[in-house]
Amino acid sequence: MIAPIPVSLLVNGEPIEALVAPRLNLADFLRETLKLTGTHVGCEHGVCGACTVRVDGEIVRSCLLLAVQAQGSSVETIEGLSDSGEIADLQAAFRARNALQCGYCTPGMLITAQDLLRQSPTPDRAAIREHLSGNYCRCTGYQAIVDAVEATAKTRAEQAA
Amino acid sequence: MTRPTADSLSVLDRPNSYIGKTVPRPNLDRLLQGRGQYVSDLELPRMAHVVFLRSPHAHARIVAIDATAAKRLPGVISVVTGRELEAVITPWVGVLSHLKGLKSAPQRAIAVEQVCWQGEAVAAIVATSRAVAEDAMEHIAVDYEELEAVTDMRTALDPSTPVIHASLGDNLAFERAYHAGDVDRTFAESDAVIESEFVFGRHTGVTLEPRAVVADWNAAEARLTIYQGTQAPHMVQNIAALHLGLKESQVRVVCKDVGGSFGIKVHIYADEMATYALSKLLRRPIKFVADRVESFNTDIHARDHRCKGRIGVKQDGTITAFEIDDLTGIGPYSMYPRTSAIEANQVVNLVGGPYVAQNYRARARVVFQNKNVMCQYRAVGHPIACSVTEGLVDLAAARIGMDPVEIRRRNLIADDGYPCASPSGMKFEQLSHHASLAKLLQMMDYDALRAEQTALRLRGIHRGIGIASFIEVTNPSAAFYGVGGAKISSQDGVAVRLDAQGSVICQTSITEQGQGSESLTAQIVGSVLGVSMERVRVTLGDTDNTPYGGGTWASRGAGIGGEAALQAAKALRKNILDVAAAILQSTPAELDIAGNSIVSASDATPRIELNELARIVYFRPDTLPPGIQPELMATRHFVPRQYPFAFTNGVQASWLEIDTETGFIKLLKHWVVEDCGTIINPQLVDEQIRGGVVQGLGAALFEKCIYDERGQLTNANMADYLVPMSGEMPDIEVGHVVSPTQETELGAKGAGEAGTAGAAAAVANAVNDVLRPFGAIITEIPLTPQVILTALGRI
Repeated sequence: MIAPIPVSLLVNGEPIEALVAPRLNLADFLRETLKLTGTHVGCEHGVCGACTVRVDGEIVRSCLLLAVQAQGSSVETIEGLSDSGEIADLQAAFRARNALQCGYCTPGMLITAQDLLRQSPTPDRAAIREHLSGNYCRCTGYQAIVDAVEATAKTRAEQAA
Repeated sequence: MTRPTADSLSVLDRPNSYIGKTVPRPNLDRLLQGRGQYVSDLELPRMAHVVFLRSPHAHARIVAIDATAAKRLPGVISVVTGRELEAVITPWVGVLSHLKGLKSAPQRAIAVEQVCWQGEAVAAIVATSRAVAEDAMEHIAVDYEELEAVTDMRTALDPSTPVIHASLGDNLAFERAYHAGDVDRTFAESDAVIESEFVFGRHTGVTLEPRAVVADWNAAEARLTIYQGTQAPHMVQNIAALHLGLKESQVRVVCKDVGGSFGIKVHIYADEMATYALSKLLRRPIKFVADRVESFNTDIHARDHRCKGRIGVKQDGTITAFEIDDLTGIGPYSMYPRTSAIEANQVVNLVGGPYVAQNYRARARVVFQNKNVMCQYRAVGHPIACSVTEGLVDLAAARIGMDPVEIRRRNLIADDGYPCASPSGMKFEQLSHHASLAKLLQMMDYDALRAEQTALRLRGIHRGIGIASFIEVTNPSAAFYGVGGAKISSQDGVAVRLDAQGSVICQTSITEQGQGSESLTAQIVGSVLGVSMERVRVTLGDTDNTPYGGGTWASRGAGIGGEAALQAAKALRKNILDVAAAILQSTPAELDIAGNSIVSASDATPRIELNELARIVYFRPDTLPPGIQPELMATRHFVPRQYPFAFTNGVQASWLEIDTETGFIKLLKHWVVEDCGTIINPQLVDEQIRGGVVQGLGAALFEKCIYDERGQLTNANMADYLVPMSGEMPDIEVGHVVSPTQETELGAKGAGEAGTAGAAAAVANAVNDVLRPFGAIITEIPLTPQVILTALGRI
């Protein structure tokens, strides 16, 4: 079964129709077919979290999902989340705290952090560390990332109050 | 109000200086929005993809390669063997002349006749996509005659062990012996001599973006453009040209965003050389991106050492002598061009370095084996030297019943004892071991922590404190590589120019992999010029468009590239003031630049904005007085000459808990005090330290490339090779002591490797602090639960 299969899905709100090889994973589909290179590929076996995207509101590792499995779904990548402004405050906190060095883990880290903040508005540091524990960062040692997520949670809570 | 004249102010105290201030790195939004430009992201017209068929054997003779079936698959452009590629690229030998006796065998871009480690490439498959190339790879038949693999470094030199490269005669790559003072007599006169063997797990960098290169040979221009995530673009240019038979002017190396490096991306790898050659051979752009399994099998490994150490001590705590016998296995080749003898050489240079004792004997042997190559990785040799030294110091303290802090107080070189030299001849300009230790003890509240430890132990909770002092090599001069004949520049250059709207363009030869090279350059240039940082644009990573220089490695970017930036900006500032004086009918001494304007030096009154000055210079030079030729661009280079290395120092402490039932270690807190001289951006320095510490903590607790006796790497994936994740890592508190180097006006030394240098030693000492009441001592990392439980006699 190697004949291309038609898929239709939403990517960052834009309707996409494409013919894809059945074996093509979602990460490669986003990067190579749609040229959305903000989704990074680090390990290609579901450990490092660099390829994290949102599919129908849930975070997934796009290297572990086939593009054909995204049929009918709404996929959101770092480019979409940046343009919509949804994580602008989180990005600003990362910038202020230097919570990124090489930046390769950053898109996945931001999407995972936003997932936590949507589920749990005021997580403590242990909860932040736990939620991010599937996203590998070799540069920062994580503390600055935890600080930035914690600061964003606090600001959002104050604004909501 | 009168102000001091502008020239009497150093850049450190000019008004509105960015030096010493936390400012966000420029252009971070690009990375935050997923709009960086990593080599993995790059696509060029007609670009093809290469994958490498790699040897499944650690040591074998290649009898035959049959690629007939693979070549027939649709989308396959070419299958190239080592023999075929030899016509395009010459072999290399990774030796340096100042490492006397270092030898290695010629290494080829793709193996010819013999494969020497599991993962060495035997054929390149070039296709229209990586997937097609990988499909084709399955159809290549290689007939191997398996040879006995040399895997154990301890028996590599035995007469009964096969010699990997017959032409070399034996498996010894390098040996260095050193003796200072009188170690035998000193040991004889000591109250105790303690001996132990320290064992380090072979580990690797695991950069999140794997090694990636796009090589683009333009046959019409006769020019090769290499897009590569590298720390040293000019070094890559030199090597590629040399082995492809080109002039350096025919090779351009471009390095935009890099997904982590840590020393992994400062070397020349065979598969990268093959990619350059394939582009030339096939006359089209070729892309190679290692996958994760390839990364584990081919990215350099490091730290596979077994080091026997001895320390002499007197009952009053005086350390009398150190002795080491270090053995390391580096794989089948010395890496190119930096060689694989540097790490062992550094161990010899650094052991005992923080201490007064001048009696020191060392031997280091570097042997070949049929495993992946080893070479320089963040903090080269330091973690080994530090773990051996600090492990021995703690053993000595325990033997004479002295607190680990007290024995260090009594033996660390006094802060007013500089300049001085270590027993291995390392020159220290100014270190601050005692001030650093004092600050560390205050930050961690050492006495309270000891009391807490004692109280908890009564309740069956086993916590430990570990301390490790360290020194770090930074700002290397030509002494590192240049004197050995390598074309690796130790100087860096910066060009600064004022543009037509009064903004500043700055080109630097240092590179950026996330450390903040761009930021520190903009901070220095902005401060010296009196221009706001938003107006300073920094270009890096392009051999066509930056001055010639070394790049970013060995903690040299801020200290060397930063000083070049400072001097270039000073020169431009003088040129601007000369023009301003002509325009304003004043003198340069009466003027200054502040807030993007020429101002009066005496009272800071704005006189003319820089954009107006630039407008006159570029568009109305006819209005300038006769004879004035403005030069709104200046270039300066810098290299350290007075000291071969600008040593830094620091001290780390670990506070951890061991579950004696499971052997699990919980890191509770980590402290670092370090002295990197002038701090350009405190936040960037702190985050370099933290990231470095966590890299060292990974080595201490988790990371190890596990080879079996046949030379097979058994855990070449991220599920089995464990790296530090956020859940296991502690918060890290960082403090500073500041002893600027007097060799530069900036005074900055390096900070990139200090964290990694001492982290594992602090953890190991803390673990032994826990285990000592159980009568157990561990001198091995990683400290896995199995190692802990074995030491406790539970398994």
